[in-house]
This record gives sequence, C-alpha cells and structure tokens, in this order.
Amino acid sequence: MEGLPLLSLMMLVPLMGALLCLFAGAQAARLIALVATLVTFLLGLVLWSGYEIGGPQWQFTERAELFAGFAWALGIDGIALMLILLSVFLMPICILASWEAIDKRVGEYMAAFLFMEVLMIGTFAAQDLFLFYVFFEAGLIPMYLIIGVWGGDNRIYASYKFFLYTLLGSVLMLIAMLWMVAEAGTSDIPTLMQYDFPPQAQTWLWLAFFASFAVKVPMWPFHTWLPDAHVQAPTAGSVILAGVLLKLGGYGFIRFSLPMFPEASAQFAWLVFALSMVAVVYTSLVALVQADMKKLIAYSSVAHMAIVTVGLFAFNVQGLEGAMIVMLSHGLVSGALFLCVGVIYDRLHTREIARYGGLATNMPYYALFFLLFTMASIGLPGTSGFVGEFLSLAGIYQISSTVALVCTTGIILGAAYMLYLYRRVAFGAQSNADAAAMPDITAREWAMMAPIAAAVLWMGVYPETFLAPMRADIAALDARLAAAAPKGDAQLAAGAPRGPANAIEHHQSADHASAKEGAH
Amino acid sequence: MDFAHSFGLIIPDLLLSVSGLVLLLVVAWSGDKGARQIAIGAAAALFVAGFLLVPGLHGGAEGPATLGFGGLIKVDGFALFAKALIYLSAIGALMVAPAFFASPAAGSERGMRGEYPVLVLFACVGMGLMVSANDFMSLYLGLELNSLSAYVLAAILRRDARSGEAGLKYFVLGALASGILLYGMSLLYGFTGSTGFAAVRAGLSGELGYGALFGVIFVLSGLAFKISAVPFHMWTPDVYEGAPTPVTAFFATAPKVAAVALTARVVFEVFGAQVAAWQQIVMFTALASIIFGALGAIGQENLKRLLAYSSINNIGFILLGLAVANHSGAAAMLVYLFIYVVMSLGSFVALLMLRGEDGSLMETFADIRGLSITRPALAAALLIFMFSLAGIPPLLGFYAKFVVFQATVEAGLVAFGAIAIAASVIGAFYYIKFVKVMFFDPPAGVITGRSGAAHWVLLGLTAVIVSPLGYFLTRSLSDLADKAASALFLAV
Repeated sequence: MEGLPLLSLMMLVPLMGALLCLFAGAQAARLIALVATLVTFLLGLVLWSGYEIGGPQWQFTERAELFAGFAWALGIDGIALMLILLSVFLMPICILASWEAIDKRVGEYMAAFLFMEVLMIGTFAAQDLFLFYVFFEAGLIPMYLIIGVWGGDNRIYASYKFFLYTLLGSVLMLIAMLWMVAEAGTSDIPTLMQYDFPPQAQTWLWLAFFASFAVKVPMWPFHTWLPDAHVQAPTAGSVILAGVLLKLGGYGFIRFSLPMFPEASAQFAWLVFALSMVAVVYTSLVALVQADMKKLIAYSSVAHMAIVTVGLFAFNVQGLEGAMIVMLSHGLVSGALFLCVGVIYDRLHTREIARYGGLATNMPYYALFFLLFTMASIGLPGTSGFVGEFLSLAGIYQISSTVALVCTTGIILGAAYMLYLYRRVAFGAQSNADAAAMPDITAREWAMMAPIAAAVLWMGVYPETFLAPMRADIAALDARLAAAAPKGDAQLAAGAPRGPANAIEHHQSADHASAKEGAH
Repeated sequence: MDFAHSFGLIIPDLLLSVSGLVLLLVVAWSGDKGARQIAIGAAAALFVAGFLLVPGLHGGAEGPATLGFGGLIKVDGFALFAKALIYLSAIGALMVAPAFFASPAAGSERGMRGEYPVLVLFACVGMGLMVSANDFMSLYLGLELNSLSAYVLAAILRRDARSGEAGLKYFVLGALASGILLYGMSLLYGFTGSTGFAAVRAGLSGELGYGALFGVIFVLSGLAFKISAVPFHMWTPDVYEGAPTPVTAFFATAPKVAAVALTARVVFEVFGAQVAAWQQIVMFTALASIIFGALGAIGQENLKRLLAYSSINNIGFILLGLAVANHSGAAAMLVYLFIYVVMSLGSFVALLMLRGEDGSLMETFADIRGLSITRPALAAALLIFMFSLAGIPPLLGFYAKFVVFQATVEAGLVAFGAIAIAASVIGAFYYIKFVKVMFFDPPAGVITGRSGAAHWVLLGLTAVIVSPLGYFLTRSLSDLADKAASALFLAV
C-alpha cells in the first residue's frame, strides 16, 4: 500500500465536516455535510479500487501506539470493505433525505450524522479489540440525540429504550473482551481470530458477545427496541439504523463470534436457528398487521436479519456469502424503503397506511421506485434480495432442512406483507384527496432513489462484483470453522447417472462427485 | 533521620501552612474586601506547591528516603500523586468561588469571606498529611485538620439555613465517623502495640483474632464514611445539596481523593497481610455503592443531589480497583481518580454557570430544560460530562471504567466485574436523563445569566480533557499512576 493512511483520512473528512457543521448556519451545514459525505464516498471508491482482490488478508493497515491499553490500529479485509462502502454510500443519501425534512437545529443534526459516519467507518476498520469497542459503543451518543431531538412524538421513550437496551447488551461484551485480552495477551483482532480459546471459556465469551450482537442485529426476542427506534427516528435516522447499524451485529458475528469461538458457535447454533426461525415467522406475521408503514418495514428488517443469522451459522461458504449479501442488500433495500416512506411522509406528515392509496396515479415515478424496492425486499430474482436469500437458504439447507423450510416461509410471508403494503399505498382508489394531490418525486428525491435502485439491480444481476473481494476472507473463515462445523442432516450424495445420454462425458468421476457436492 | 531531611519532604505542606497563616493575618487586617486577592494568593500558593511535587512525581519517589519524622509520614510517589490531584481540585474550587459568593446565590451575605481560601488551604494541608501518613496518629491529625476546615466550609454561608444544616450534619456525622475510626485504631493499637503502619502490619500477620478483625472493620467503616461509600453514604446528598456549590465542588473532588488514597494506603500497607479480611468488605462496599448510587440518583430533581449520588456511584468504581488488591488495581484506581476529579470539577463548574437573570443559581431539572437551545456551549459541555460519567466511549470516563474493569478481570474477578458493569447501566439512566432534559425538552428559558471568564476557562479545560482528546493523555497518565502504585506496594 502507498503511504497515505486512507482509512484515517476517511474518518478525518467527516470529523472535520462535523466540527464545521456545529458552527455553521442551516444551509451552510447542509452543504458542508453533503460535500463531506461525498468526498468520503469518493475516498471509499478509491479504497475499493485500491483493494487488491486475492492480495493479503488485511490491507490498508495502519498502526499507531497512541493510547495506553490499546492502539490505533486500522485495516480492512473484503468483508469490512463492503460494509464500509455501504456506509459511505448511504451517507450522502441520508443527508439529501434530511435536506428539507430537518429544519430545526440543522447544524447539530448534520454534525451528529457525520460523527456517526466516522464511528461506523471506525467500527468496521478497527483492528484492535478495544478500539472496536470504543467505536461500536460511541455510536450510541449521536444516535440517541438523533432519535431524541429530531424524532417523532414518542421519541423520548424510544431514545431511552434504544440507549439502555444496546448499552446493557454491550457492557457484558466488554468484560468478555477484557478476559480475552488477558488470556491471549494481545488485543490485535487478526491475532485473536486465530487464537484458540479453551472450549469451556468459549461458551461464556460467546454468550457475552451474543448479548451485544443479538441486541444490535436484532434477534427475536431482543428486537423490541427496533420498531420504537425506527418509527420515532427521522427518515435519515431510520435509513442509517436499518442500513448500517443493524449490520454491526452481523459484522460482529462474522468477525468475532464465529472465528474466535468456533466451538461455542457450533454449540449454540441451535439457539441461533431457533431464535431466527421464530423471528422469521413471528415478525413477518406482526409486519402483516401493522397500520404504520415504518413499523411494518422495521419488523421486516427483523425478519431479514434473521435470514442473515441463519446464513452465518450455517458454517459453510454459501451461508456466509449469502449472509453478507443479505446484509448489503438489506442495507440498501430497507434504507430505500424508509426513504420511500420519508418521501410521502414529508408531503402528508403521516405514516398511516390507510391515509394513502392510489399513489401510482399521481406519483408514477415514485410508485416505480417503490415497486422495485418492494420486489427487492421480497427477493425477486434480478434484485439483490434474491441473491442473498437464495445463498443463505442454500447454505442452511445443508445443515438442516427443517430450518431451511421454516425460513423459506419468510420469503412467502415477506411477499405477503410487502405486496399488501404496496397495494394499499400505491394501487387502489384514490380515497384521500390530499394524498391524491401529492406531487411526484423531485430531482433531489431522484438523486436519492436512483443510485440505490442501480446498486440493487447491479447486485441482483452481477453479484460477483461484491462477492469477489470477500471470497478469500469467507474461504478463510470457512476453513477456520471446518473443524467445528456441525454435521448437517442433508444427505448430499451424488447418485449414479441414469444413462449416458443425459450425462456429460467425464473421466475423473471422483472429482466430479465432490465438485457437485460443493456446488449445492 | 535528621530534621533537615524531614523538612525537605514537607516543603509543599510547609509552604501551604505558612501561606495559610499569612493570608489569615491579611484577612484579619483587611477584612473581606481583599478576599478576591486572597483567593488568588491561595491559588498561587497551591500552584507553586503543586509544582514542587513534579520532580518526585516524575521520578517515582519510593524507598526509605521518603520516610520523615521518625516514620510518622511517608512522602512517596503515591502520596505525591494524590497531593497533586488534591491541589489541582483545590485550585479549581478557588477559581469558581469569588463569582459565586458575589452573586445572589450566596444569599443575604454577598461577597466572599476572606476565610474561604484560607480554609481551603488548611484543608489541603490536612489532606496532604492524610495521604502521606505512615502512622495512625499522623493519619488522624491530617483527617481532623481536613474535616474541621470542611465543616466550616460547608457552613460558610452563615445566614443560609441550608448551608448551616449541611455544616451541622456534616459535623455530627463526621464526628461519629471519626469516633468509629478512633475506636478501630485503639483496638488495633491494643492488639499490636503500636500505631505505626509498619509495626501494625507486622503485628497483624498470621491468624487474625476477633479483636483485631473488629479493629480492621471499624477503621474501614470510618474511612468508608469519609469517602461516602455505601452504607456510610447517607450524609452525602444532604451536605452536597446544602453546601455552597463551590464548596460542593471542592468536597466532591479533593477530600474524596485524599480519603480514597488514605484508604488505599491503609488497606495495602497496614492490612496488606490480611487481604482476605478486607477484600470482601471492599467488594461489598464497591458493589453496594455502584448500585445504591445509581438507584438513589434516579428520583432526584435537584442537580446537586444528583451529582452527590453520582459521586457515590463513582466511588463504587474506584473501590472496585481497590478490591482487586494488586498493583494494577491500585494503578487503575489512581487513573480513575484523576478522571473522576476532572469530570466532577467540570460538572460542578457547569452547574455554577446555570444562572438566572439576576445571577442566582438554578439547580433543578426544570430549570435546565432545553438548555441546548438557549446556551448551546454550556449544554454541549454538560453533555460531554454526563456521557463521560456514564462511561460511554469515546469520552474519557470510559477509559476510567475500562482500566478498572481490566484490572478486575485480569485478577480473575470476572463475575464480580460483570455484576458491577451491569449495574453501571442503571447509572446510565439518569445521566442520559440529564441529556434528555437539556436536549429534547422545550426550553424553560430561565437560564439567562452570564458567567465569568474563570468559569469558561475551567469548563473548557475540563471538557477538553474529558473529550476524546483526553485519550492522548492516557499514556503519561497510566505511566504516572503505575509509578505511584508501585510505591504503595514496595512494602509488600
């Protein structure tokens, strides 16, 4: 790598922007925030182009012994790269989404978002356990303020719940981290990922980390903070919450729980499966009866994240890749759906589904985008949702066909609640005159929606772009997990070909059989 | 031990005593008119005295050369660290005082009394003696000098009923605690035949009899009162609320440092051979302080009362480091003390800046509603202090908790640490309520008064230290704390 500390720079730009915003007027703050996030996004693209696929596992590494007890150590692998890109991609869109919707205390609002961006990049890039914790936990402060100051009517309850819930989850993780560092003698994450903790201890450590990540993901039954926080947060807050903050939980599992405690992960896989199965079915059903659009999407997030967790704990390449793609896809799609809600909320100031109807008539472009994102959320082939969900479910099918069966109903239920939502909002008679009079999306809203739509389609049609940087890391993780992986119930044995007509001529039949097995 | 050497050790204390006496004479001649200059003089004396500590602090003074007056005092690196913190907090308490006493908040008795800085100086001398005590006699001497000054300071607004009540309560309960402490000391003397720390330690080695155990418990109870640890914390909210706010700021910082340092010295140097006897007591006290401090704060409307409970809560975390009973625990405790002093000082200065139109002090939640709109800088500073007290990264308060829990976990007390850290979430509740009231509620608009430059300087300084920038201090801070702690363990 060249000498430029790109990751630190990516954190410095929004930090400077945030400090400037604190002292700037409303319009200036908006511009500063937009410029800062765009510059960071461009730096993110530089990062992507500089990332060497198939190169060393950790790239762009930086290390400075700045503090007592831990170091300023940054570095990324393919997984972190993708999540950082997701964050910096969504950020300018969030700023645009808040352009007109936020009219009080704009400077502080923009500063809070930019601080948030710094912390998110830091969380994904941290290579020191405690540095990770600092970034991970620090996100509570700006998010608490975003929900509490700029949120809806019940914002105070929601902000308290969000703060205390997530704090309680993560303090236990801190104790576990302290123990790990005392045991292993280093707080370097790459080293710890290779360290074999005694299986006895792994159980406790895994549970402590689980307490934190399960709240963040969130997994049923720790999800109750999410609908409150989502509903009360301003639109951009919901986008960041759904788009990136929930990914911290999944990232935590893939970076910490799985590689550091493989035995415990295998031991508790059933717990994750059980909670995820409940989440998929239960939250989908809950989503079906919501009258509030944001709440519906919030519950759908819980269901989608449950697909992520089953994919992660499938202990195979398909599951892990699928989980990553679902995370990226969900970040884009649920973010976009919240934007869609925000667009009509800005016009009518209600999230009640019944107050809308027939928007396809007066807002055709809006209806088009909304339809695309609805389909992506359902997992229609050609959109990003399909790729991720298919891979995850294919991965879990090798472990347990029952879990796969239950989780697949999530797709059907997802289609039910999303299409039902779409029908009520966009189709049907225009029963509300004020809703019927709403103008179609503006240029600013185009600028928000179009890039996400493009990304969703790209990821759906050619996921290789996004899978390639992660492939080596996921393979390494899979190798690390191989010893502990539970034996699946799938009997994947290649049968003898019925006859020559249907089979391709081959000579190395043993190789062929194993290749076929791997392809499932 | 020649006298010259002994006097050499106590030059800072001598300087403070002499300045205190001189300034007292000045007060006697000039009256209260020159109070402001006297405060400046006292702060300068503290500053110079603090400066004199630097060489020893940096070199990590330890060994027999630190003993003075035939073993009555021991001015080692640990004592120097504590002294430096005490002087710093006292300077802070002096800086904010004149403006407070000049405001209507001081009641019918406008204007600072010249005795205030003098009493602060004498309290500092007492505390200096406390932290460098190496004998129960010098310990008690220092403790009482500090306490007597503190009783008067609490009641310094003579015509204010709350201040008088605070002073009286402090005095009665403080005298009770001193009695308990003395009784414990007499028991220890009876069973070991000496009051010197080293001799008592030697006498306590081996099987601990019931009498001596009672001595240990009484001494620890007396000290727990001074640091306001649960279950001897009841006086704290009343005294903190009633005392004039600069005095409260002083109480929450300097005497806490002195008493904690003293407790550490007593448990490590005197009871060092009987860790099993006191470790459980300290562990219980630590957990109880964390939990009761947090629970007690929840219903409070008065901000000073809330900070009083918060200080009880923080003492719990400091005692957590003590309960670990090893070098890294003591070092972590010192780091925590430093950060705690900065946070408390900052929060109290911020409280002192909550002034109404006529300059009177506002001290309830109702008054600070919507502060972030009317006074954004002040609200931002309070936000930093509150999140820091709650231990949320990236503020420095997190680092304090981090080192303490690191020591706890490294010593194998994982379950203990897990309970304590889970209880800290309860505490977060009222800290974020503070932020909620300032940032989420509509403005009450009663805080309109201006504050002086001294307040802003102190607020800015403490806020910068507590902000993430403070992490750059952590290397030198933990270095100093390490040296100070190793002085404590030389005897072991």
